[in-house]
Amino acid sequence: MPEFTLRTLADQLVNGLVIGNIYALIAIGLALIFGVANLINFAHGSVYMIGAYVGWVCVTWLGWPLGPTFIVVAVACAALGVLIERLGLRRLQSEARIAPLLATIGISFALDQLVQLIFSPNPQSFPSPLPATRVMLGGVSIGALDALIAVITVTSAAMLFAFLRFTRLGWALRATAQDREAAQQMGVDVNAIQALTFAVAAVLGGIGGVMIGMYFTSVYPTMSYGAMLKGFAANLLGGLGSVPGAVIGGLLLGLIETFGVALLGSTYRNLFTFVILIGVLVLRPTGLFGARRAMPPEPLTGTFVANSRPVRVPRFVVIGGLVAAVLLPFISSNPYLLQIFTNAWLFAMLALSITLVTGTAGQMSLGQAGFLAIGGYASALLAMRLGWPLELSLLAGAAIAAALGTLLTWPVFRLRSQYVALATLGIGEVINQIILNWEGLTNGVLGLSNIPPLSLFGLPIIETSPIYWFALAMLVVAALFQWRLMQSHLGRTWRAMREDEVAARAFGVSLNRYKALAFIAGGFIAGLSGAFTAHMYSYINNETFAATTSILGLTMVILGGMGNMSGAVVGAIALTALPELFRPLADARYLIYGVVLLLLVRFRPQGLLGTV
Amino acid sequence: MNAPVAPPSTPMAQAMLPASAPFLLQLEGIQTFYGVLQVHFGLNLHVCRGEIVCLLGGNASGKSTTMKVILGLVKPRAGRVLFDGQPITDLPTPQIIRRGIASVPESRRIFPEMTVRENLLMGAYARADREEVRRDYEQMLERFPRLRQRLDQRAGVLSGGEQQMLAMARALMSRPKLICMDEPTMGLSPLFVDRVLDLIQHINQQGVTVFMVEQNANLALQIAHRGYVLQNGHIVLEGAARDLLGSSEVRDAYLGGDAR
Repeated sequence: MPEFTLRTLADQLVNGLVIGNIYALIAIGLALIFGVANLINFAHGSVYMIGAYVGWVCVTWLGWPLGPTFIVVAVACAALGVLIERLGLRRLQSEARIAPLLATIGISFALDQLVQLIFSPNPQSFPSPLPATRVMLGGVSIGALDALIAVITVTSAAMLFAFLRFTRLGWALRATAQDREAAQQMGVDVNAIQALTFAVAAVLGGIGGVMIGMYFTSVYPTMSYGAMLKGFAANLLGGLGSVPGAVIGGLLLGLIETFGVALLGSTYRNLFTFVILIGVLVLRPTGLFGARRAMPPEPLTGTFVANSRPVRVPRFVVIGGLVAAVLLPFISSNPYLLQIFTNAWLFAMLALSITLVTGTAGQMSLGQAGFLAIGGYASALLAMRLGWPLELSLLAGAAIAAALGTLLTWPVFRLRSQYVALATLGIGEVINQIILNWEGLTNGVLGLSNIPPLSLFGLPIIETSPIYWFALAMLVVAALFQWRLMQSHLGRTWRAMREDEVAARAFGVSLNRYKALAFIAGGFIAGLSGAFTAHMYSYINNETFAATTSILGLTMVILGGMGNMSGAVVGAIALTALPELFRPLADARYLIYGVVLLLLVRFRPQGLLGTV
Repeated sequence: MNAPVAPPSTPMAQAMLPASAPFLLQLEGIQTFYGVLQVHFGLNLHVCRGEIVCLLGGNASGKSTTMKVILGLVKPRAGRVLFDGQPITDLPTPQIIRRGIASVPESRRIFPEMTVRENLLMGAYARADREEVRRDYEQMLERFPRLRQRLDQRAGVLSGGEQQMLAMARALMSRPKLICMDEPTMGLSPLFVDRVLDLIQHINQQGVTVFMVEQNANLALQIAHRGYVLQNGHIVLEGAARDLLGSSEVRDAYLGGDAR
């Protein structure tokens, strides 16, 4: 443990405040958007990242000074903000809030991948053009960049405050946030105000991105996701939608993180964010200071299930498809094709699990990959450390995933709609962070290697075709199990809960118990898929089951139709197999996923086969 | 049934009469739906310049939706809304407001986190004549001294009656030709109910036409010139307020009995 002198303490304080300033900038933008549109804008992190890249291009390629750079960044980000409002929100205005939330996730996928395609996924060096001299101020060393960050953040916050307090547009913005329909009746063009809000938020985010790029002297495409979550954690801490709260929350988060890292080490950096995110959501959803402001009311249904008549897949098609799947290794012995479809079956199990939890039971889960991770690690460790036979470790891994995952999700059961989405995302990340940091058990970043291969009754299964059949068999068993559940009273109760929690409770349904049952059943299936993956690859680390996997699974479910089991399988095949079959597209895979998600939410929310 | 009723004879109102269109507001054959549920079945009504017209009806009769149709918040599937002789059916709400319609929404809908001052000035959001706005603002504070005492407080902490005053003052700040009020007396103490009714009459005498939706027929008919009774999306009765007042047909309409 590092030794704390007064000097290092003061330096940490400065570091924490500088980082906190930038978190505050991000959080203010999210707060404005949440206030006006009641939306958690998942694309906000991408704006911040793109702002950083624009700044990097201006400074390192064009050699511009910082003044014009900030102006260009502001203009570019404002335009991007307006575009996001147009694509992600405007047409979905009247839908349940989860729809634009998913749309902004789609946009963020697409933007991140675009930047990766243009500038490569590698970090780019972003040296600060400012002099490196540091001034000692009462025993604290302050650099030029620290001072600049402080000045810019304080100026931005002051300008925003003046705008909201003293200008006509600022009043219109606040009025729209407080009562959209009443603002309309005062003659406020609320759509224009909404676009303006996105523009202002994007400018703040983009400027924050440039500054953090200089602060850490690098920019990289994946910086977006973490920033968005940090901004949101800061926002929650200070009270959702509150601008002063966002500032305080940002500074607090910066300090907590800096001191936490100094105490525990840098791999813990993100853990604080997620623990705060979940802790505040569950324990004090109005934030530390928000006594007055309650959470905006959420619709009674936790998920957006469009009214549609599901396509009834005739039994002979299902059986025919199954026979074709079984016979595939005889038709084509191309190992590459078989691997793709093995992957598709494993993803289909994830999709089944999500369609159960999200589609049928109405709990929008963005952290389902956490179940994969627990299943994978549990089964691998049981086989490696305790020498359990594979059949047993697979099942035990799935059971542990179901139990542990559900236990971790339990606090979320009291939340609704987009808060469930946010909290489950956080839980997925917490699982990831625990895996990363519990080195004694999980080997940390190095991951687990030499995991025993798949086997059945002692016979190793290492050929492509048997692995394919094994995966297919597991999928079929899982699907039959889930189908049986759906036919039972459980399926009916879950759907009732999804449609209207209050009504379901009024009929004596114990919501927590049924939510838990959905997560247990879904978690078991996902855990099985994760366990299988671990043994199939013989190597896993904390990134094998990243958060993007959860969202990919959800996209599959929406593509197929929420709650629709055949839809989940079709969605999984479409989104794993198609980008592989069209090889040139494989690099742009997440761009495709993002666009598919955006288009689905906008034009076909019931998916291909319709919701059940 | 649909013959235009003579406008009231207040001098102020008559002074405002000469204009191109016979009616200030006219709804023609309005049919509204919420999904598959039909709310209005060919609604016809009109408001003359200078009148106070009230739309009466029980729960779920389609009263509030009528208000939303006028304000452009709900678009009818058939029929049209004319204001000052011009169709406004397809205009977005802010444009309709700019034409000279102000709204006192149901349950007031003041901006709770903004100060009383900011609320009042939001009422003049659509206006560009800053000097005049300033004058109207001063006038409004003279008329509502209660609001002056609370100018810098959050509007959310005002009492229900004060909020109603604020909502009406806010609507007047736009200098409307027509003011639409949705249940202005709802949830108020009897004392405040009287004050609100007095105020509506006062506003009207100053030349503002009033269209109000009310559940409390006896109260509304005391100050209105004419009234319509809406039942299940049909106008079942219309006429001069004094004829409707105490009429057994109005009572029947409310109780859902056969009005004829």
